[in-house]
Amino acid sequence: MIPAQFDYVRPDSLDQAFRELASDEDTKVLAGGQSLLPLLRLRLAYPSKLVDVARLPELAGAHDRGDHVFVGAMTTHDEVMRSPVVREGCPLVALATATVADPAVRHRGTFGGSLAHADPAGDLPAVVLALDGVFVARSAGGEREIPAARFFVDYLESALLPGEILTGVKIPKLGDGWGFHYEKFHRTAQAWPIVGVAVAVRRTNGAIQEARIGLANMAPTPLRARAAESALQGAELGDQVRQACGEAAEGTAPPADLHAQPDYRRHLARVLTHRAVRTAAGAP
Amino acid sequence: MPRITVTVDGITYEEEVEPRLLLVHLLRERLGRTGTPVGCDTSNCGACTVMLDGKSAKSCSVLAVQADGCEVVTIEGLGANGSMHPMQRAFHEEHALQCGYCTPGMVMAAIDLLRETPEPSEEAIREGLEGNLCRCTGYCNIVRAVRRGAQEMGRAVRTS
Repeated sequence: MIPAQFDYVRPDSLDQAFRELASDEDTKVLAGGQSLLPLLRLRLAYPSKLVDVARLPELAGAHDRGDHVFVGAMTTHDEVMRSPVVREGCPLVALATATVADPAVRHRGTFGGSLAHADPAGDLPAVVLALDGVFVARSAGGEREIPAARFFVDYLESALLPGEILTGVKIPKLGDGWGFHYEKFHRTAQAWPIVGVAVAVRRTNGAIQEARIGLANMAPTPLRARAAESALQGAELGDQVRQACGEAAEGTAPPADLHAQPDYRRHLARVLTHRAVRTAAGAP
Repeated sequence: MPRITVTVDGITYEEEVEPRLLLVHLLRERLGRTGTPVGCDTSNCGACTVMLDGKSAKSCSVLAVQADGCEVVTIEGLGANGSMHPMQRAFHEEHALQCGYCTPGMVMAAIDLLRETPEPSEEAIREGLEGNLCRCTGYCNIVRAVRRGAQEMGRAVRTS
């Protein structure tokens, strides 16, 4: 379908972008367009104007900042998954990004765009939530930081305010001894996950010391599987880990749609969490 | 209306476009590049895949204004001097098409895959083409064609 009419501007600087955003409340930020363009074409969104920030150099690239990696919002998925800084500093982000959509979409789609879109079925929101990332938002009034736990407000709704632009995300580096995995279940190769599970675990002497688990598509926002995280503390690989992962669906509110009913999604969350934890912990 | 400059298959065009015009419609309806079809129109099927500044992109999910200043290569820009690109020839010789609708996108995605993986395994080919659907489900011959195309392209590089 043809999108409804809108105006288009491509500012040369963030300051100019803020002015454009302030001029009309129905203005929307355009990044790579891989989520927004389908919405426009299906006429599910009617912005009056798009402010294209994809080429702003301030928003590009992933940078090593000592204790964290700063991933600029307009870094494409393809750049993220190949970035030595990301692969070294936050391997879970690289792993999960390589499973986003397909190569052509990854060439255009951006890290910040898919996070700001706040789709609970997206791969990256669950990953950034599991890693306790910190979102950096800037507006004409200045800059503020939003912890991942407060960024995802509701279905397709983030904590970004009108006039704010996500400039990037700080991903804390986890020290030695951590393992990672991203596991998802989908019907076709490039489809959204029916359920996705992002896992980071620290394991010593055969037992899990600490686990962080982010769930995709188990509620209107991405969620942490807190009950399973607690249960995994001190769990040994085998029955203890299996039992702990059985709590992965506690506190979730999975949607019902043509792909799955809530009970099936809860089942998937438990099974996928178990698989992801085992793989992240280096189980044979 | 915004004015854009875009190079398509080696020819530079200056066009006035509505912001909502999709790249695939610019290519087909303004510039006559009907070799690039519109498939699903929801960025799933990959039939409309073109190269945008050297990397594959689904042209139904790119606004023409986003391609301002960019270089586009479509299926029609692959051949030279009346002969087919080695990947096109491989699709022909391996009978890697039934209805042919997905073929332009498949060929573009295959060439994109070979940029980074010049000698892909069968698994790498299947992964690399995950964004392109063939509703005739002729995938076996498509995979064979990509392998053959890769060999031909490797040979062409070595002898040039």
